[in-house]
Amino acid sequence: MPANFLPTSVEYLRVLPDIILTVMGALMLLLEAALPDRQKWIFAPLSLAGLSAALLGALAAYSDPGPAFQNMIVVDGFATFFRVLVIVVALLAVLSSSDYLRREGSMGGEFYALLLFSTAGQSIMASAEELIMIFIGLEISSIASYVLAGYLRDDPRNNESALKYFLLGSFATAFLLYGIAWIYGVTGTTNLVDIRRALLNANEPLAFVSTAAALMFVGFAFKISAAPFQSWAPDVYQGAPAPVAAFLTVGPKGAAFAILLRVFFTAFGPIASTWAPLLWAVSFATMTVGNFAAILQSDIKRLLGYSSIAHAGYVLVAVTAHSGAGSAAAMFYLAAYAFTNIGAFAVVTYFSRKGERFTKVDDFAGLAQRQPVMAAMLTIFLLSLIGVPLTGGFFGKFYIFKAALDANLVWLTVLGLLNSAVAAYYYLRILVVMYFREPGEAVEHLPPAGPALKAAVYGSALGTLILGIFPGWVLEFASRAALR
Amino acid sequence: MTLLDTVLFLPLVGFFLLLLVPKDNPNASRVGALLISVSVFAASLGLIAPYWFAAPAGWHFETNLPWISYPPIRYHVALDGLSLWLVLLSTLLTPVAVLVSWNHIDKRVKEYYALLILLEFGLIGVFVALDLFLFYVFWEVSLVPMYFLIGIWGHERRIYAAVKFFLYTMAGSVLMLAAIIYLYNKSGTFDYSDILAQIQSGRLVFDARVQLLLFLAFFGAFAIKVPLFPLHTWLPDAHVEAPTAGSVMLASVMLKMGTYGLMRYCLPLFPEASRNSAPWVAGLAIVGIIYGALVALVQPNMKKLVAYSSVSHLGFVVLGIFSFTQQGFDGAVYQMLNHGISTGALFMLVGYLYERRHSLEIAAYGGVATPAPNLAAVFLITTLASIGLPILNNFVGEYLVLQGTAQANFTWVVFAALGVILSACYMLWLYQRAFYGRAAEPVSHHMFDLTPREWAAILPLLALMVWMGTFTQSFLPPISAQNAQILQQTQTPAAAKVALNAR
Repeated sequence: MPANFLPTSVEYLRVLPDIILTVMGALMLLLEAALPDRQKWIFAPLSLAGLSAALLGALAAYSDPGPAFQNMIVVDGFATFFRVLVIVVALLAVLSSSDYLRREGSMGGEFYALLLFSTAGQSIMASAEELIMIFIGLEISSIASYVLAGYLRDDPRNNESALKYFLLGSFATAFLLYGIAWIYGVTGTTNLVDIRRALLNANEPLAFVSTAAALMFVGFAFKISAAPFQSWAPDVYQGAPAPVAAFLTVGPKGAAFAILLRVFFTAFGPIASTWAPLLWAVSFATMTVGNFAAILQSDIKRLLGYSSIAHAGYVLVAVTAHSGAGSAAAMFYLAAYAFTNIGAFAVVTYFSRKGERFTKVDDFAGLAQRQPVMAAMLTIFLLSLIGVPLTGGFFGKFYIFKAALDANLVWLTVLGLLNSAVAAYYYLRILVVMYFREPGEAVEHLPPAGPALKAAVYGSALGTLILGIFPGWVLEFASRAALR
Repeated sequence: MTLLDTVLFLPLVGFFLLLLVPKDNPNASRVGALLISVSVFAASLGLIAPYWFAAPAGWHFETNLPWISYPPIRYHVALDGLSLWLVLLSTLLTPVAVLVSWNHIDKRVKEYYALLILLEFGLIGVFVALDLFLFYVFWEVSLVPMYFLIGIWGHERRIYAAVKFFLYTMAGSVLMLAAIIYLYNKSGTFDYSDILAQIQSGRLVFDARVQLLLFLAFFGAFAIKVPLFPLHTWLPDAHVEAPTAGSVMLASVMLKMGTYGLMRYCLPLFPEASRNSAPWVAGLAIVGIIYGALVALVQPNMKKLVAYSSVSHLGFVVLGIFSFTQQGFDGAVYQMLNHGISTGALFMLVGYLYERRHSLEIAAYGGVATPAPNLAAVFLITTLASIGLPILNNFVGEYLVLQGTAQANFTWVVFAALGVILSACYMLWLYQRAFYGRAAEPVSHHMFDLTPREWAAILPLLALMVWMGTFTQSFLPPISAQNAQILQQTQTPAAAKVALNAR
């Protein structure tokens, strides 16, 4: 009956944020062609308006939760949490980009359009309950991200970054697609809930199901930069424009964690005993590789790139726990990490100056004496990355390791905590140069930060501190929305 | 809102006030910091009230409010006989540290005083928190200001020392965090008194292996802070490189976080594991006592000498704690306070010398007693206090520790007493070389006697040295009462049987 295939109005409501983001993105592409150069400033406010509308849309969608489009999309607490997260991340990314683009003399509308498209893809990933939908969301998000990484096309570093990101990213998606094909071949469905049901009946050969899960995990592991598929991350984050790198380390990565959680908890939940040991090893390897490599870095973008690998490892600890508490901890951690990392990159954006000349750790010498407020903000972000109490990063780690101990992962907890002590070393190095060294050439005559960038930095710091002092609000929502 | 909350949060308010002081007016920061720290001290004197005529064990000034709903983390603070004097020590030494830094610190003055006051907040918090999670928060929070104090205002190798200090403490405390979470998962609460009640009543039982691991996780964090041999290597670096006030706060108060933690958490929460570990912990403490003293003996650098003497003195405290006797406990707590006062004073006096001649080498001094007789006299009194001369404070603590230890194991006392003799050697030898004898350069070169400000900073400590050495009864009753309770809590069935047989 064809009438059944016509979407109902509530189904439109449930994809409202995706619609808003796509329409706004397309609108900006049209305006880009129509507007004269001197009116290009309009794009930043316009995308802020679009994202704010999408944020409201995401909340409106949650007012009537449920499935849409033959169970391809589901709006639940989990989806809403990640929708809100990626949209807030995009908001902060826009704020830290607009001054950056003016500085680099490249105020195009397509930048913002791509950012919105990428966010739309992530929003779809967050709410997808079906493998093809997941794949589509991932592709929308990834392709826009590839272009963003190479946005300053005259800069060879940007080109290298984009090309690497694109090649390795496509490679990873191929794995994912192959895994989807396998699981479809074995169970005859691409819907996560149906796959779970099929696996619970346990008629399918475990070897085939495990292979499918492994192939899909390879795809996800690339996207979240888990070892041993992490090698692209530092190169891409170092080469990409700083605000884009900030966006890439939290937006696409957060959404990739959302689908990882959704697929492995919902679809592959019944065979958890098969994949849990694998995740144990991967999470340990990821945090260790990330932390020990970061110790050796002298470029701050690269350092933050390795640190983002390590943090992916911590989140994988929560996934390994395979419990409601683990899922909630992962969600909370990703939120805390999003504020922290966007903020840290925003300070780097401000400080690196035109052409990103100053990105060495040593360039930060004496920043605290010339720009005490910015230095204090970066201190908050670094303390949060270390995991010092009263910052969001601390509670994130706390909840993750609490969930891990609940699941009797004692050794993984101990190794993870020791890892976080190792990590303190390289974050402290930045504090050391910032506060303990005399000012160098790089911090002299720093122009004051623009209002948008300031808003991004202060907003992120506020988010980091609120999650660190009153974590209950977010955690409560995450616990209710967590997958089990 | 109790008086204790006021004492705890006044420094935090002061920290934010100090941030508002204009940067180009260093004197405003100095005076502001002094006013804040003195008013915190004045307020904290009120905390003695419940102990005025009696010596009640148990909690006073208790506040218990929800902070985070899930997992249930509460703002739960209270005071007892164990923490009372440690809080007062923190509030007393902060204004002293402000006075000591008055001329010594001349760059980035505003940040300096703000961090010093923030440090006070963290330190008081550690001693009064009764929620394990809150305790961990304060434990870490106190780390950050000290890191900056050493790193920005320290001497040549300050960066190395600051990073080493941070990483050592952090490495120890993450395992403690794991143990705290484990305790929560088993007991369903972070509340110290609740967990303790569960353990005492036998509702929460750990098998021997788990209890030992939990004990070690806590013990590791505390032993690094104390510092117990062989985890002490961060201490000489941190002390030598820190500015004078940093050394004072570090030695006098921060090290006590470790010994306080041992008594408050390790012993009552894991009694069997603590008692079973007593032999090797006492062994390490004794090694620390003798090793610290021997290394102090050969130091050419005054600050390093005092730092190693701290390792030795703190060994006494740990020995007293792990003797599991009333006298041992009393002596340990008393010795925590004594060490805070006499070693704090020594670091100040070394700082005074440094401000005059900009050298920490003993060889750069000599004959100082001639141009600066008052300084020499004060240094002598402090030296005598530090080596445990009767009628001065350290004697009482050391005696109690040795007496308590003798009840537990007499062999330990023989070795520990060696430390007392050695402390006389290195301290008196230091005094002789610096204040008497022939000078490397004209004795009056950049050498003058104590200024009024310097007097004001040292006088309270001198008074306490005599007071605590003569009128022990002013301080000891609340400590003893609380220690009796802690000793009671560490009675395991096996230990109780032994005690019964002894009777």
